[in-house]
Amino acid sequence: MRPIVHGAIAGALFGLGLAVSGMTDPDKVLNFLDLAGHWDPSLALVMGGALAVALPGFAWVRRRGRTLSGDPMPTPPSTTIDRRLLLGSALFGIGWGIAGYCPGPALANLAHGTQEAVVFVVALLAGSQLARLVART
Amino acid sequence: MPTQFTPVSALIGGALIGLAATWLLLSLGRIAGISGILNSTVDGDAGRGWRVAFLVGLVIAAGAWFAWSGAPGRHGFPLPWLIAGGLLVGFGTRLGNGCTSGHGICGLARLSKRSLLAVLVFMAAGFSTVYVLRHVIGGVA
Repeated sequence: MRPIVHGAIAGALFGLGLAVSGMTDPDKVLNFLDLAGHWDPSLALVMGGALAVALPGFAWVRRRGRTLSGDPMPTPPSTTIDRRLLLGSALFGIGWGIAGYCPGPALANLAHGTQEAVVFVVALLAGSQLARLVART
Repeated sequence: MPTQFTPVSALIGGALIGLAATWLLLSLGRIAGISGILNSTVDGDAGRGWRVAFLVGLVIAAGAWFAWSGAPGRHGFPLPWLIAGGLLVGFGTRLGNGCTSGHGICGLARLSKRSLLAVLVFMAAGFSTVYVLRHVIGGVA
């Protein structure tokens, strides 16, 4: 199959998973982050469910050593731990805690066509381009 | 607004996300990190086809579930906070090279120490931010 077919399958499974799990509702995400309020632990189980499949899945693919089309696996991403990783993750966490959207659920919310989803995604793209300029990533 | 704890749908949805990430790694050798896929698409990197297909598939599948389940979108969240949140999420995920999906799911599934550290940092930042906005300042969200 062609790469775009694989991409579409993976994207559709991902979007369905986000929507089914309720993680497209920013209030559920904010309530997960609100330990001192009406705590909703659902997000932890979403990660648990994802890892229950992906941990053995990734291990199996790695042992296999090749993609479906027979290409060798690309080299894994960087392993460097630096200030950029820590600062970037901290800023991301603050933004996530403000509005309740991380990138996947924000994009999925475009399907609702709400003004807030559009505004958030435009701001996210602007922030990303700003980081590209400032930090030359 | 209070929400219900939904363990069953959380586990099923999570498993679908894990399946999506495993499928992308198996079929194309790629990491299903949404911020990375989005950035490469917007920046015009080579090999854009599968990324565009992934993003379109994500939005359509989520939209199909919303239509079927009748889940509403959120309205009325204060605009300045929305913009601030979006800027920080976009800036931070580009700088830190990943978000909840790339570091949180794929990175942890690869047993990456770098991703584990990223997850601990963004979780701690998220918990602290919500604590300050809801319980120290109050009334934001």
